[in-house]
Amino acid sequence: MTATSTLLTLLVIAASGFVLARARALACAGGDSRALHSLPGHYGWASVLLTLGPALALFALLKIAAPPTPAGTLAVLALALAALAWSLRRTRPNFRARQTVERGVLALLMLAACVAIATTAGIVLSMLFETRNFFAQYDWREFFLSTTWAPRFQGDSDLGILPLLWGTLYISLIALVFAVPVGLFAAIYMAEYAGGRFRAIVKPAIEVLAGIPTIVYGLFALITVGPLLRDYFAQPLGLGTSGASVMTAGLVMGVMLIPFVSSLSDDIIAQVPQSLRDGSLGLGATRSETIRQVVLPAALPGIVGAVLLAASRAIGETMIVVLGAGAAAKLGLNPFEAMTTITVKIVSQLTGESDFAAPETLVAFALGLTLFAITLSLNVLALAIVRKYREQYE
Amino acid sequence: MKDTLTEGRGTAADTAKIAVRGLQVHYGDTHAVRDVDVDIPDRAVTALIGPSGCGKSTFLRCLNRMNDTIPAARVTGEIRIDGEDIHDARVDPVQLRAKVGMVFQKPNPFPKSIRDNVAYGPKIHGLTRKRSELDEVVEKSLRRAALWDEVKNRLDAPGTGLSGGQQQRLCIARAIATSPEILLMDEPCSSLDPIATAQIEELIDELRSRFAVVIVTHSMQQAARVSQRTAFFHLGRMVEYGDTGKLFTNPADPRTESYITGRIG
Amino acid sequence: MSDQAARPTSLLERSSYTARRHAAETRFRACGLGAILIGLAALTMLLASVLGPGLGAFRQTHIHLPIHLDAAALDKSGTRDPEVLKKVTTLGYGKVIDKALAEAVAQAGIAIEGLSDAEISGIISREAPAQLRRKVLANPGLIGETIPLSILADGRIDGYLKGRVTAATAALDSNVSPAQLQLADAMGERGLISLDLNAAFLTAPDASDQRPEAAGLGVAILGSAYMMLIVLALALPIGVAASIYLEEFAPKNRLTDLIEVNIANLAAVPSIVFGILGLAIFINVAGLPQSAPVVGGLVLTLMTLPTIIIATRASLKAVPPSIREAALGLGASRMQAVFHHVLPLAAPGILTGAILGLAQALGETAPLLLIGMVAFVREYPGAPPEGLFDPASALPVQIYNWTQRADPAFVERASGAIIVLLAFLLVMNAAAILLRRRFERRW
Repeated sequence: MTATSTLLTLLVIAASGFVLARARALACAGGDSRALHSLPGHYGWASVLLTLGPALALFALLKIAAPPTPAGTLAVLALALAALAWSLRRTRPNFRARQTVERGVLALLMLAACVAIATTAGIVLSMLFETRNFFAQYDWREFFLSTTWAPRFQGDSDLGILPLLWGTLYISLIALVFAVPVGLFAAIYMAEYAGGRFRAIVKPAIEVLAGIPTIVYGLFALITVGPLLRDYFAQPLGLGTSGASVMTAGLVMGVMLIPFVSSLSDDIIAQVPQSLRDGSLGLGATRSETIRQVVLPAALPGIVGAVLLAASRAIGETMIVVLGAGAAAKLGLNPFEAMTTITVKIVSQLTGESDFAAPETLVAFALGLTLFAITLSLNVLALAIVRKYREQYE
Repeated sequence: MKDTLTEGRGTAADTAKIAVRGLQVHYGDTHAVRDVDVDIPDRAVTALIGPSGCGKSTFLRCLNRMNDTIPAARVTGEIRIDGEDIHDARVDPVQLRAKVGMVFQKPNPFPKSIRDNVAYGPKIHGLTRKRSELDEVVEKSLRRAALWDEVKNRLDAPGTGLSGGQQQRLCIARAIATSPEILLMDEPCSSLDPIATAQIEELIDELRSRFAVVIVTHSMQQAARVSQRTAFFHLGRMVEYGDTGKLFTNPADPRTESYITGRIG
Repeated sequence: MSDQAARPTSLLERSSYTARRHAAETRFRACGLGAILIGLAALTMLLASVLGPGLGAFRQTHIHLPIHLDAAALDKSGTRDPEVLKKVTTLGYGKVIDKALAEAVAQAGIAIEGLSDAEISGIISREAPAQLRRKVLANPGLIGETIPLSILADGRIDGYLKGRVTAATAALDSNVSPAQLQLADAMGERGLISLDLNAAFLTAPDASDQRPEAAGLGVAILGSAYMMLIVLALALPIGVAASIYLEEFAPKNRLTDLIEVNIANLAAVPSIVFGILGLAIFINVAGLPQSAPVVGGLVLTLMTLPTIIIATRASLKAVPPSIREAALGLGASRMQAVFHHVLPLAAPGILTGAILGLAQALGETAPLLLIGMVAFVREYPGAPPEGLFDPASALPVQIYNWTQRADPAFVERASGAIIVLLAFLLVMNAAAILLRRRFERRW
């Protein structure tokens, strides 16, 4: 019996449990549902939960523990039938079926909420485990402190994270230097100056940028921005001949971040109470003086939080840098040179034929863990700042 | 608190600090203020009373053109301050608001230090450049707002950390610091406890020696306590305007009488 | 006051200081407008640079020929037995097409100097014989007949008709000669070759590096659809259940706080980290197959969950407490109040959130690269549920794949695929907006 048919059989048993328990409850009460403690349907559902719960648990346990055997399948089905019989025996008018059902449902709801924890645990544990394997083969000091990244097929690779970290931070910095002023000014204009109609057209248009998948930005970097920067800036200035560069990836990522910064800032600026604006305008300040000297300082913590979230986004971004930044691990200052990032190297070490015993593959998990640690701390910090800011005006 | 010295002053147009003629305000489709004519005297407190939504706050916001900041508001009619039409194309609302200060319903100190709150106006208007002069203005304004003694040792503490009454006096000090000639107050005590309210009322009484004060209030008792002249607004119209004592003891209009005796409002 | 002198006493006089302040105001405002213009310009440039070249992918150059399916070449035994027919390779069909083309060229009286026979057959796509072979195997009765066919032209000829290839570039290109372009011109005048609608782009599977003209999105669209099915089937119920628990039942305790913080942070974890999770847990530990939609679907489910949870909680929160109180007041249990009253009222908001979550999942690329979906897949996956375990591609990964190929014709394909992807996203977002407009309730 395949897993699918076992599950289907279980469902059939459970469905018959529903029908039987419901009918039995009504029969016990002599057809008068008012004599029952709960609605007839509750007795049916209680039976379904009692039947499916243990059987599914056993099924999952067997599935994880051992390859499926006919004996295991039989055991599962037998358990389901036994539970069905027991649940029918319990179906009496004074059985508190609704409470049983609701407790079962609540447990399911809670289980669903715990998926979030399980995901985080899965992320951390899987990366920790493989990272430990990596550091068993490769000195961790070399990994964190070496300035060379040169994986070799035959082994004896240099796997220093510093050039990748540098590329990541350099590109993110350019992206933020572009996106933060543009996004912030756009948000200010939208929140403080724009008329209703202008806002109704422009705001969604800017937000379209946020809905475009990053692969599209990647292609934009590859076929448009890269060649443009190379032909009009890098080559005439003698700074490089590569379309893929820190500048290409940084600018395109900046465009991606504009709506992110602007919609977060817009929310934050909107939370600054109108009374502060009135206070400033009432003293004879112009709008821009009010914004610069009252609204922005009041919104500053929130905006800092938004910038940190944007930074975390930039650091974890993959497709734009895969297509726009290049693959050469380098420590340099020339923004028109190709450099590479942590995410690019995770992709390149884990795609294709990978040998999960070699440090060249395992290093990806150490890179992933580092990336996770950096973005997590940025997020936690940012969320804490933003929450604190919200409380201030609540 | 009635002061006979100022009684009778400003009743004629030529001595009025503010002269309003035929004022109309529309908010979108709502006709919020209709046909208001009034002369507001200098160095006296004028109270605007009336039920909620009667247009008294809207009227107040016309006097320093704060309604300009609301896109849907449309103001027509004439308002003259010292004989100059404030809707004249040459008038800069920014300069006007320095001359006509405003204090709001809810204390709204900026999230800055006490010193920076008071210095904000003088700084943006470029009235003073030197730190010492600025400190002087801050002290003088805080003294006039009767707050100096309470905060002189913590001028660098945030203004938002003060109590409600102190915050409102800080806002008054902030408005005084730009050396205005007129002070507009929009229900300045509505969010304060009785003790803080009494302090503010006392302060208002002192302020009228230097400024023309126009105060919107929801409380008839407050109007009676602090003002020399009172205007009663009802449904966007100014129904009656006159000496505070006369308006409360012997109102000319039956609507005013209904309001002050508590039958409407 | 002494400082009053700094300001004119009359309101009608403007001080130079305020003039400077107003100038600063104008500059500030211009900066704001400038920022918005930069944003809009970036959007326009992005769309134009992707959509412009991409439109070409929806049209394809075909050569129209009467082809004689010679029984002597294709079925020597004369039995029409499919098993025997399979022994004839694509090479055999290639010769049939070459012959038909040579005849057609000769018949049309086209003579071009220096054009060899090999060059004439070179204008046919390498994929064309395989297509013809599949057609004949599916219908052996065609053998012996002469049928009019539209066969794929080579990518370079296609590029010539679309303006990507010119005589100048052809002179430098070993894959195409100027003489072949002249041949294409001549055939075009006689209606033997033309640009037609390319429906195969949406249905055909990917093709190899040498055959951009045959590459299509069929497998990728199917793979993406399978993954979206999984995301919808898993993320929506789990997300809604988790939100109901957190919003309506969760006690205020450490566990609840932990879950809350977790969800907020998961929403901001880089997508590639989810790919690592998928690779390590679903493939290496659970032993699920690489490149399979089921793994992609699971990874995207975990990624989408926070989005759906956040949207669902917002719409649950928007249902006023009075509704719950009314239900409780009638003797309903809390569970009944939630499932009978709150949840139906929150449903439009939840669906909107779910659609937006799906749209986000549809465009996600990086995690799919790590679970092997970059592999070259030409076979369509089977029908679900078994088909979920077959190798497949996905729309965004297919785009990435094409950007990595040498032939510039693939840039057109990648851009075309982006148009398809954006069209799907547009439809999903429009649906979400409509749903919101139609059912939005203000309390």
